[in-house]
Amino acid sequence: MISRLAKDKIAKNSSALLLGLSSLLILLVFLGLLWKAQPVLQEYSLGQLLSESVWAPLKGKFGFLPFIMGTLWVTALSLLLAVPLCIAASVYLVEYASDRLRNMVLPLVNVLAAIPPVLYGVWGVLFVVPLLGTYVAPVFGISSSGYSVFAGGIVLAVMIFPIMVSIMVEVLQTIPYELRAVSLSLGATRWETIKHVILKKAKPGLLAAVVLAISRAFGETIAVLMVCGNIPHLPKSIFDAGYPIPALIANNFGEMMSIPLYDSALMFAALLLFLIIFGFNLISRLILNRLEGQHS
Amino acid sequence: MRNIKARLIEEKIAKGFMQLSGIIITGSLFFIVGTILYKGLPYLSWEMISQTPQGGFYMGKEGGILNAILGSLYLASASTFLATLIGIPIVLYLNVYVKKGSLLARSAKLLFDVLFGIPSIVYGAIAFSLMVYLGIRASLLGGIITITLLTIPIIVRTLDELIDTIPTDLRHVTSSLGATRWETAKVMLKYIKPGLFTAILLAFGRAIGDVAGVLLTTGFSDNLPKYIDEPTATLPLAIFFQLSSPIPEVQGRAYASALLLTFLILVIVLCSHILASKQKKHKI
Repeated sequence: MISRLAKDKIAKNSSALLLGLSSLLILLVFLGLLWKAQPVLQEYSLGQLLSESVWAPLKGKFGFLPFIMGTLWVTALSLLLAVPLCIAASVYLVEYASDRLRNMVLPLVNVLAAIPPVLYGVWGVLFVVPLLGTYVAPVFGISSSGYSVFAGGIVLAVMIFPIMVSIMVEVLQTIPYELRAVSLSLGATRWETIKHVILKKAKPGLLAAVVLAISRAFGETIAVLMVCGNIPHLPKSIFDAGYPIPALIANNFGEMMSIPLYDSALMFAALLLFLIIFGFNLISRLILNRLEGQHS
Repeated sequence: MRNIKARLIEEKIAKGFMQLSGIIITGSLFFIVGTILYKGLPYLSWEMISQTPQGGFYMGKEGGILNAILGSLYLASASTFLATLIGIPIVLYLNVYVKKGSLLARSAKLLFDVLFGIPSIVYGAIAFSLMVYLGIRASLLGGIITITLLTIPIIVRTLDELIDTIPTDLRHVTSSLGATRWETAKVMLKYIKPGLFTAILLAFGRAIGDVAGVLLTTGFSDNLPKYIDEPTATLPLAIFFQLSSPIPEVQGRAYASALLLTFLILVIVLCSHILASKQKKHKI
């Protein structure tokens, strides 16, 4: 029989090993992407790849600008729609809502988080795209199929609701009660307290939630791919089709591997995505961790 | 100081906007589920769940998506199981063996937070290149590995939060009774048992719904999954493929498949919710 201490030692070492291996994972992903992206980086300069707008792999032209712009358009639109709504709803849940209402709404938000991206995509195709194509675009005198960066923005906005609301509610709940009491006792209305005290105090936390949502929006693949139209050009209006970076990878990977540099270019796209998201995640987590440390 | 009436009106407007936002956000859930239900229900049939695609399935002829349902269940169960096996020791190590608040514990937690945010398409791309390099073709195994990597951070994060709720007394008492740290860890696991299942269910839900990771690594097949080294169909991918078909019959089946997936996810969420409320009352 193994002694109890030996068992303890085995448990310790094997779990440390697992931790080590999974920490190595992120390094491996980064190095792997860098290694696979090397050929295209040797052929073209970084600036060239990022600023050229012609995407014609057959002719050896790899301009990533249309995809970068596609991602930026979609993300910006989704933030424009989601950030005000999420801040307002979170403030309401923390400041006005009864415990009962809050305990009812927050689980529902969690359900929204559990819905797989492909279902958001189906919803986008069934509802958002026809709505934009047949009703909204004609109002502005534009003919559009509905498959547009706007559709992508709407679907993404709904997808980032849960992550923003849950973090924002947590951030707002850490604000000490005394601050509210002082402001209210000075004669401010509740809205003035929110506007001048709570939102000011919660700013870093809210910002972290937004940054986290941005990184989620950047990496979202399938739902956006289903509604964006996927045409590699620079979108000129919100009713124009766009082609975000993740959709590029998903649509083309595995095919046409015979074209020189093509898979390397796609790996470069994945590397770009990885670096941006890694950076954004790191920043927002550091802010959130610090806030948590302050209040506990 | 402005007139109190104007200030109160401003308050009312602001409050109205906040209520509206809340309604939009919660309403979107019902709206999405409602749209899928409305479109998918007419196409749902027993044939869809019980058969594999027959000849001409993608032209609108008979058959079902049993292959994709089974494929998804295999894939999600296997990767959740693996991720749990890997995740639990990691969490225990970080909370039992490493000093709380030490640099190692903090940076490891940060790492898993960041890993959690890496999109599945990146995992998919890197796993795909690795598989090409090793000469493995798209298969159930490739999918399981990719999705396992995706779910480990979910397990680690959720469990870590759970362990934080364990009273420190529990740890002190077990240690003072002469238990080794490993034995303390086992007691802690017992304490968070219902919550553990919640975490596993959440990870399962994530695993079953992911597309971008399996798109490149798992492939697709019309046959029932039999071997781990063969391409395997998955439910989200089946939805995606059928939806892009121009034939209305096939599109209808995509709606019905989406409804099935929605139903599956809602059941998972409901179970995890019940278990989570059990955790609140759970005592050893």
